[in-house]
Amino acid sequence: MKVKVLSRNPDYYLRETKRDIHKVPRNYDPSLHPFEGLREYTRALNAVKLERVFAKPFVGNLDGHQDGVSCLGKNPQHLSLLVSGSYDGEVRLWDLPQQKCVRNFRAHDGYVRGITFLPDGQQFVTVGDDKTIKIWKTDLPDWGEEEEPTNTYISKSVIVGVSHHQKEPMFATCGEVCQVWEEDRNEPIRTFQWGVDSLHDVSFNPIETHLLATCASDRSIILYDTRDTGPVRKVIMRLRCNRLCWNPMEAFIFTCANEDYNLYTFDTRKLKQPLKVHMDHVSAVTTVDYSPTGQEFVSGGYDKSVRIFEHGKNHSRDVYHTKRMQRLTCVLWSMDDKYILCGSDEMNIRMWKARSAEKLGVLRPRERSALNYSEALKEKFVSHPQIRRIARHRQIPKHIYHAQKELRTIKLKQKRKEANRRAHSKPGTVPFVSEKKQHVVEEQE
Amino acid sequence: MSETKFQTHTKLQMTRYFLNQDCRENKKKPQDNCNESASKKLETHKRSKKKPSIKKSQSELEALVTVVKYKRKPWRGRNHEDDRLAAAKVQPPWTRKSKRVPVQDEKLARHSRGEGLSGDGIKTKFYQKKLKKHEADIQFSIEQAARAELLLPEESGFLVADEDELTTQFSQQQIASSVDIASATKHFDLHLAEFGPYRMNYSRNGRFLLIGGRRGHVAAIDWVTKRLLCEVNVMEAVYDVQWLHVETMFAVAQKQWLYIYDNQGIELHCIKRLSKVLRMEFLPYHFLLATASEEGFLSWLDISIGQMVSQFNTRMGRLNLMTHNPYNAVVCLGHSKGIVTMWSPNVKEPLSKMLCHQHPLQSLTVDSQGRYMATAAVDRTLKVWDVRKLEGPLQQYKLHAVASNLAFSQRGLLAVGMGNVVEVYRDCCQKSADRPYLRHRLFKRIGNMEYCPYEDVLGVATDNGFTSLIIPGSGEPNFDALECNPFQSKSQRREAEVKSLLEKIQPEFITLDPTVITDVHIPTLKDKVEAKKKLLFLKPPKIDFQPRNKSGKKKGTVKVAQTKRIVREGQRREFVKTLKETGIDKISSSQEVESCIASVKHKTFNALDRFKPKEKKQEKG
Repeated sequence: MKVKVLSRNPDYYLRETKRDIHKVPRNYDPSLHPFEGLREYTRALNAVKLERVFAKPFVGNLDGHQDGVSCLGKNPQHLSLLVSGSYDGEVRLWDLPQQKCVRNFRAHDGYVRGITFLPDGQQFVTVGDDKTIKIWKTDLPDWGEEEEPTNTYISKSVIVGVSHHQKEPMFATCGEVCQVWEEDRNEPIRTFQWGVDSLHDVSFNPIETHLLATCASDRSIILYDTRDTGPVRKVIMRLRCNRLCWNPMEAFIFTCANEDYNLYTFDTRKLKQPLKVHMDHVSAVTTVDYSPTGQEFVSGGYDKSVRIFEHGKNHSRDVYHTKRMQRLTCVLWSMDDKYILCGSDEMNIRMWKARSAEKLGVLRPRERSALNYSEALKEKFVSHPQIRRIARHRQIPKHIYHAQKELRTIKLKQKRKEANRRAHSKPGTVPFVSEKKQHVVEEQE
Repeated sequence: MSETKFQTHTKLQMTRYFLNQDCRENKKKPQDNCNESASKKLETHKRSKKKPSIKKSQSELEALVTVVKYKRKPWRGRNHEDDRLAAAKVQPPWTRKSKRVPVQDEKLARHSRGEGLSGDGIKTKFYQKKLKKHEADIQFSIEQAARAELLLPEESGFLVADEDELTTQFSQQQIASSVDIASATKHFDLHLAEFGPYRMNYSRNGRFLLIGGRRGHVAAIDWVTKRLLCEVNVMEAVYDVQWLHVETMFAVAQKQWLYIYDNQGIELHCIKRLSKVLRMEFLPYHFLLATASEEGFLSWLDISIGQMVSQFNTRMGRLNLMTHNPYNAVVCLGHSKGIVTMWSPNVKEPLSKMLCHQHPLQSLTVDSQGRYMATAAVDRTLKVWDVRKLEGPLQQYKLHAVASNLAFSQRGLLAVGMGNVVEVYRDCCQKSADRPYLRHRLFKRIGNMEYCPYEDVLGVATDNGFTSLIIPGSGEPNFDALECNPFQSKSQRREAEVKSLLEKIQPEFITLDPTVITDVHIPTLKDKVEAKKKLLFLKPPKIDFQPRNKSGKKKGTVKVAQTKRIVREGQRREFVKTLKETGIDKISSSQEVESCIASVKHKTFNALDRFKPKEKKQEKG
């Protein structure tokens, strides 16, 4: 007879001293782990609830401007520096980690309309209502030196926007016409015009560096090639676009913020219809900015809220608002993909986390793996109604809630009316028009 | 007997050594061939002839160690998803032809969660690739889990008889004398003659034992070290005892009510809503204490929040036979009409009702993986059923006495208690066992018995005490410390308690099939959207509503208009609700929709209709 009985040596299973960590023998046999699916579901539910618990996106408030904030500038080299311009012509430089203003001076008479940094981050360009373009140093002036621009250009026409070329010493302005300037010349080197009275935003493409896009007040978006050909294409929409932002990762994609409460993502190769219509704002959208990853973008509008959209999704991922925040004039996504800054009418700049439930600071390895695990679980059970409900739940201000309700009613009514018309007309006379096609009037070349 | 143990260990190591050797040899073989061919048969092995010597050494190295090469991909500035797919196209290291030792199929089968998806119905290549990647990930995880079996420290116990012997002939004394001293102490008797028929229960990690005598004696013991945690006499009849989720609390079903004590014997709760309880079962993942009472009431008490989840009358009479299915947490009751009923707290009717025997049931048990159920009746029959299919008996045995108690071990050994005899059967579910594996005769009638989890031990409570029997090969040799840990310290226990409370499964999920939650819900999104659309464009019936003119004022007042509006709105809501309930998908075909609308709408009126013959009143009604 041969016999063996289970007999465990405690030395193998117990830690030797109290300083050791506990021994945790594992056995991955599924029969020892019952209710696998249900337990994972419960964990996913907990993870999604915790995410909502930790969703505290507001980081801080930068106050100091004497008038509404009109524009923000993103430094391509330094994360901690922010430049903002206001309606009274003042420009302020901010130290973001300390949330302090480090420098302020009066740059223009009237509005500061646009700020853009040079690629090296050592200087920045401001344009104002006084038809001047000024270049300033980022560093503080030396002792005794006065606050003076290193260069000033005087334009013949009104300027409302500016954008610097990604590599070369060249920048573009817009106003009555689109002008391209070189840093060491006092006159614009090129001037583009395509039958419109004014342009209100201009933006250089960060990848296809000679491509330039402007938003015009005749509801069109115009693309230019700065090298030779000039105006290339034009797309006319139902309402005008307020701001335009290129995707920093995909050269041919841009998103524009429109008056009709929507944002549109276009492919430059196919302007006939937008790739996506991003709907969620309940008032005119004034500003948009892409994250450096090109995966997401942030927008702000007259509905006093900031919304974050995922690239290629129709509806927003998140909405930020505070009681005191008024209409937004400018938003900015920080270069480390972690923060969002927004300037609004009521003189404040606010700093938000880009992912509302993210922990700031260093993550320990166990913490990170736990977070990764819960992310995977959330993704796995994303379509379960309970989990989706909790993940989507947001508190929104009353005015947005009512406006959403109203918009929904209007849309339903339009749909019903169209369906009725279709039902009572000769077949084929009332065609189906997709949502994407409804907003573009025509494309010109 | 430590010698034999030593032998087995050395043998084991030897086999492992040989296994590794074999593997290495297997790996080496092709290169050996190469070397030989390079020297001798140049013509036959052209491939090896072409190889330069440096490459050879490289290949040798690769054969011994799996060299994982990560090639940095050129950055393309694309969607994140695209990159992942591209990675799938490049083939991750585990999908490449691996030179690692292949995993045995049976090991893979043990860890497999079923067949994967082939991706036939998927239209776009994007999602096909995505699915492929996902499947590859799953396959990889299964393989890794199967490989990790190599690290398991323990082997299961066994008892092998020589040629002229039978395993049945060995008594407990013989077994105890031939195993090591530590294991021999696992066979012991507790003589407790005074407090009469006992019942017992092991804690989840198998470390603690709880016994309760009918005449009030309750004791909790760390049975491995034989340390007494507490011993009290509750001065009342005790019908059943049950450990809760940790070893600091246990429940005792007493004459009138159910009580909860801590491990020092201090009464924590008296639950008066549970009266005259006969049997208890604890569902550890749901934190539910299921009880069956003398008056036929079945109740589930959530012990984490102290709330009664469900309590109802089964209308089945006295319930003295109860067990639960560890696979799906469904409570199984045995009845005197020979039927087994399965209950969840969500439904007041049994989930299933099986007629198992023609005679009153004596005992039933379900195995730990929820595959087999064994039932025994007073006609001395024992049947083994497939619980997942709820189908006819897999095996049918005729015993020489009535089996009053049954118990399945973790590794599928079935213990049958008949009067004062315990018989253990091996491999009795798939095949029919012709003789017992072990047999033991006790002095008194058996109260109840249970296998100790993670040990080769069967605990038997009798009329005059408790006996612990050694059954080699009954327990799972390797525990998972994050699930149940027999060597748990206090801090570990506390942490595990918090973790398990966090992932407490809600009682609504107790169904016959617990995997439903991971299945795909069949009605597609398209159907749902269509249904919603239809609902939107269906017109509710118009109603002619004239409110009573109570005040005698004019008809066109605001109030009257409001009342009308409210009534119409209510009517519309009612209409939509009824449509939803009847199932909008059912009226999906256009004809049915039309007929539905037609029935709802008023009849169309034509000017010439007045010349038609009048409809009869009966038809109208």
